[in-house]
Formats: sequence, structure tokens, C-alpha cells
Amino acid sequence: MIEIKNLHKSYKMGSNSLHVLKGINFSVEEGELVAIMGSSGSGKSTLLNILGMLDELDEGSYTLDGVPIKNLNETKAAQYRNKFLGFIFQSFNLINYKTAAENVALPLYYQKVGRKERHEKALKYLERVGLKEWATHLPSELSGGQKQRVAIARAMAAEPKVLLADEPTGALDSKTSYEVMDLIQKINDAGNTILIVTHEPDIADMCKRIVHLKDGVIVEDKKIEQVRASQYV
Amino acid sequence: MFNKDRWKEIIEVLTSNMFRTILTAFGVFWGILILIILLAAGKGLENGIKSDFGDIATNTMFMWSQATSKEYEGLPKGRRFDFKVSDVTSLKENIKELRFVSARNRLDGYQGENNVTRGIKVGAFNVYGDYPEIIKQDPMTITSGRFINHSDIVEKRKIAIIGQGVKSSLFDKGETVLGSFIKVQGVNFMVVGTYKKKSNEGDGEEGQKEIFVPFTSFSQAFNKGNDVGWMAITAKDGSSITSLKERIITLMKVNRKIHPEDNRAIGNFDLYEQYNRVESLFVAMRLIAYFVGILVLISGIIGVSNIMLIVVKERTKEIGIRRALGEDPWSIKVQILLESIFLTIISGMAGIIFGALFIFGINSLLDAVGPVDMFVNPSVSLGVVLIALIILIISGLLAGFIPAQSAIKVKPIDALRAE
Repeated sequence: MIEIKNLHKSYKMGSNSLHVLKGINFSVEEGELVAIMGSSGSGKSTLLNILGMLDELDEGSYTLDGVPIKNLNETKAAQYRNKFLGFIFQSFNLINYKTAAENVALPLYYQKVGRKERHEKALKYLERVGLKEWATHLPSELSGGQKQRVAIARAMAAEPKVLLADEPTGALDSKTSYEVMDLIQKINDAGNTILIVTHEPDIADMCKRIVHLKDGVIVEDKKIEQVRASQYV
Repeated sequence: MFNKDRWKEIIEVLTSNMFRTILTAFGVFWGILILIILLAAGKGLENGIKSDFGDIATNTMFMWSQATSKEYEGLPKGRRFDFKVSDVTSLKENIKELRFVSARNRLDGYQGENNVTRGIKVGAFNVYGDYPEIIKQDPMTITSGRFINHSDIVEKRKIAIIGQGVKSSLFDKGETVLGSFIKVQGVNFMVVGTYKKKSNEGDGEEGQKEIFVPFTSFSQAFNKGNDVGWMAITAKDGSSITSLKERIITLMKVNRKIHPEDNRAIGNFDLYEQYNRVESLFVAMRLIAYFVGILVLISGIIGVSNIMLIVVKERTKEIGIRRALGEDPWSIKVQILLESIFLTIISGMAGIIFGALFIFGINSLLDAVGPVDMFVNPSVSLGVVLIALIILIISGLLAGFIPAQSAIKVKPIDALRAE
């Protein structure tokens, strides 16, 4: 599903440049649930941004579902993001003047799906995250866990190939975190490919594979026995 | 581009900070209001002054004879002369650009002694000897009967067309006018028509107190022979009487044996030149109105642009989210531009409507207090409103352009990080 070869990325900071990713080789199969771990500054967020086509790579190659991702202009990148990827952010990033259902329907709107169908799909995904009754509520009327579940529904609404989650539980207490992880595990069980950036070991343990980044290189890449989040809920 | 969701969002964004939106809108509202009022005031002045010209065909000059000021071919200076009927023919033959050349004669009645009688009623009126064409040069509305025609000229019929003022002085209410006779300096004329002139300021009353009789009958009845008192000359559309004036006068000098450099012998009044002078004044006034109005409007537009920049700044994160979710940058640009255009058009429309109400108010005030000198019916045409709308759309686009550009200039990754 994801194929990365010899990925380099550096940022210019004034006169000197900061080499963040120093040759990453990495691939993800369909249906995997991968945790990317590392301390801050290890390059894990940069990697996720490049995977999410929010940032460009300097060197190397990136193939997503057989499509080489390179030299994208903004319009093309927007199309690919919409078609291939779903984002889940640490701070939820819901649009605060739109209701839960409207937020979930947003990616479908960019796919030019009709209003009625959009609404039906949005309700379907809200139901999957258990928030159907909250469809008409604004994000400000929802709790943190609920917001993240709306965000997950939104990420799934466009039926992307890969879900990318950047510290999805970073702003939640542990109980809510486990609920969210439980949901993510269930989505993964249904066959979706998910990448999670986290620095919390217990969250990483709930994935099926952990990739450790340190100073811009992968130091460890291991398959693990998944801890089910449902037992903590 | 024009779907419901787009508009819903525009309304949501603009109403989320209503007070700020209204303040911003006021700038544009004020600009377009000033523009409309200035143009309407200019138009009112224009209407006022143009109504002084009345309906007279403006491409017209009047020409009359005065005393010569130079000796020529043995003729003394200070000689008085008259144009002859043959001069009219020679003008028509030699200068093809002329549309009408009307010879005219007049018996003075204005402030003079009574010259017209009917039974025991008397009155002092201007009596004109005219050709049928004069009605096209000095328009009047025939309210009953008919005007002079060519058979009247040929057969020297003693008929008269009288004004409303004449009618009310010489006839009782309800009396039959057409077919009755009036006596002009002892000569009987049969009334065959009545007219009404659009009242020109100043001589409105006098204009209704005139009597028109055929030129030939006039000459015969009042012993004018072949003399012509003065001429009303109208050029064809496309050539101006001002440019023909010199040829006309030169020809007359030859015919009447006047020294070619004698500039005093022939008097003239060029309506077209006067009209043009006034016209160019109005053009200048309109330019000033547009200039001032648009300058005021520009300050309003800069306000809109400013607020749109702030809105974009506030929404940087939202724009980042939308782009992460896959919104086309072009679509974001369109969104910002539409918001800006919508805001300008709505506030501009409010300005236009308010301006129209203001003009309406002024008009009804004018109606209530009666005519004001040199100011009639201030108004703006539909064309001006359309121009104003086009200006608004363009300015909305301009106002939104920089903010829209800045909205998509930020990379999605940076936009997402913004707080």
C-alpha cells in the first residue's frame, strides 16, 4: 500500500539546514495498523506529513497504492489527499461553525457528491462511531472524545486507502484514549490501513506493528501482539 | 461555483461577525451613495438648464439683417437691407447640408398695442408669417385642427393657428374656435388650428400667445413684398450648423451686396454653439461626479479588502484543514472572492436603493415646493445603475483578490499549525 525508499528531508533554518529524515526505507501492507514512535525531534511528524502529501520530500521515492507521489502541484495534491488519505489530528481540527454531520460530509463535498447522498453517508459514518444522535450538534457542544470520534468519521467518510493519525489521543484522558483506540482497532479490523504517530507506549502497544524513529532513521521495526483496547473500556 | 453549500458558507462567514461586516459594508454603501447622489444632482442641473432650451431643434441658427458697416460697390455704409425670398432658395440650392431654411416675418404684439380683434375682444399678440417646416424647428403640439401646409403657402390662404393663450383671450369658454375669424390689423384670418408649446422657462406664457399664418398670406396682407424678416436654419443630422455658419453668411453677403469683411451686417444666434457649450459643462460635471464618487468608493473597497485579509488570517487553520481534507486551492480562492464580491454587491445595492430613495425624496420635495430655478427632476438612468453594479463587481473582485491569494499562499502544513 505504502512504499518508501531512501527518503530524505531537510529544513532550511536560516543559513544552516536541519536534516530531519536521513534515508527512510519503509513499506506498509494493506490492512496494517502501524504505530510510528519516537521522541520529539525524531522526525515522526515530518514522516507523517510527507506520507500525507502535506509536505514534499527532498530525495527518494514514495508510492501510494501503486501511484508515484512526486512533483504534485497543489490542485493534484488536494485531489490525491481527498482520494487516498484520511487525517485524524491531535487537536481534532473540526470546523467549528459546522455541525458534526457537516464536518463529516466535508471530504465528500470536495468529491462533488450530491447533498443528499453526502448527508446519508455522513450519518452512516457518525453511526459507526456511535454519534448519530449528535449529528446536528456543533463541535463546541461535544466532549473531546466525541470530537475525535467525529474527526475519525470524517477521515473515513471519503473511504480513503490509508488513515493517518497524528497523536490521536494526545489531547484526551486515558479512558477516552482507550475508547478512541478501540474504535480505531475496530476500523482496522474491517480492513482499513491505519498509521498512528504517538509517543505513548500503551497506545503503540494497541497497534500491530511499531516503527521506532530516532534522529531521522528507523532504529526498530517490529510486529507485535496487539493489545485490545476493549478490555480497558 | 454557485451551489447552495457555497452560498450557505458565505452567509455563515459574513454573519458570524455581524457588527464587523456591517461596518465594512458601510464603506462601500457610502461610496456608491455619494456617486449616485452626485450623478443625480448633476442630472438635475442638466435637466434644469436643458429645459430652458425647450424643444427647439438645437442644430439651428437664427439669422437677421442689421445695418451695414462698410461701403461696398458704391453702396453706402449704414445701409439697412432685408433678406429676400430668393435668398432662401439660393441657400437651399447652394448648401446641401441644410435641412430646413425657414423664412419668417413677424408683427410685434409683445408689450405693444392691441393688434388682434374678434368682435368686442381685443389682444396684443405676436403674429408670425411662417412656412410649414417651422413646426419642426420650434416644436409645438397641435391641440386641435391643423398647422400650416404647403397649399396654404401656394394659395395664400388667410388662415391662422392660434396658441392657447390667444384662445383664452379671444374666445369664451365653450365657444367654437375652429372656423371662426379673427382680425389681425384689420385683415380677417380663419382659425384652423390651436397649439400648445412646452413651456420654456421665462417665456412660457408668451409662447402660448402667438399666432401663426402662412408666410405668403402674411406678406400679401401686411405689404412685405419679397422681404424676409429673419431665417431659422437647421442643418441635417450629422453636420453641425456651427460649421456651416460661415458659408451661409458668405453666401448672404454676396446676394445682398455686402462687403466680404463686414461682420456687422448680418446678425445671428447659433443655438447649437450655445447648446454645446452647456453640454461640455455637463460632461465635465459628470466626470467630476464619477471621479469623486469612485474615490470615495475606493476607500470603501480598501476597507473590504482589509477585512477580508483579517478574515483569511482568522481562518488560516480552517483553510489548512480544508486543504488537508482535499479541497482544491482554486475552490478556496473562489470562496474568498465570492465572499468579497457578495459583501460589496450587497452593500452597494443598499447604497443604490438608499440613493434612489433619497432622489425620490428630493423629487417629491421639489414637487411640493414647486419648480426651483435650474434644477429639474434629479435622476440617474438605469445605465448608470448598471455601470455602478459593474464597478461594484470589479471592485469586489479586486478587494478579494489579495486576500484570496494570501489564503492559498500558506502551505497546508503551516496553515494546520496556525493557532
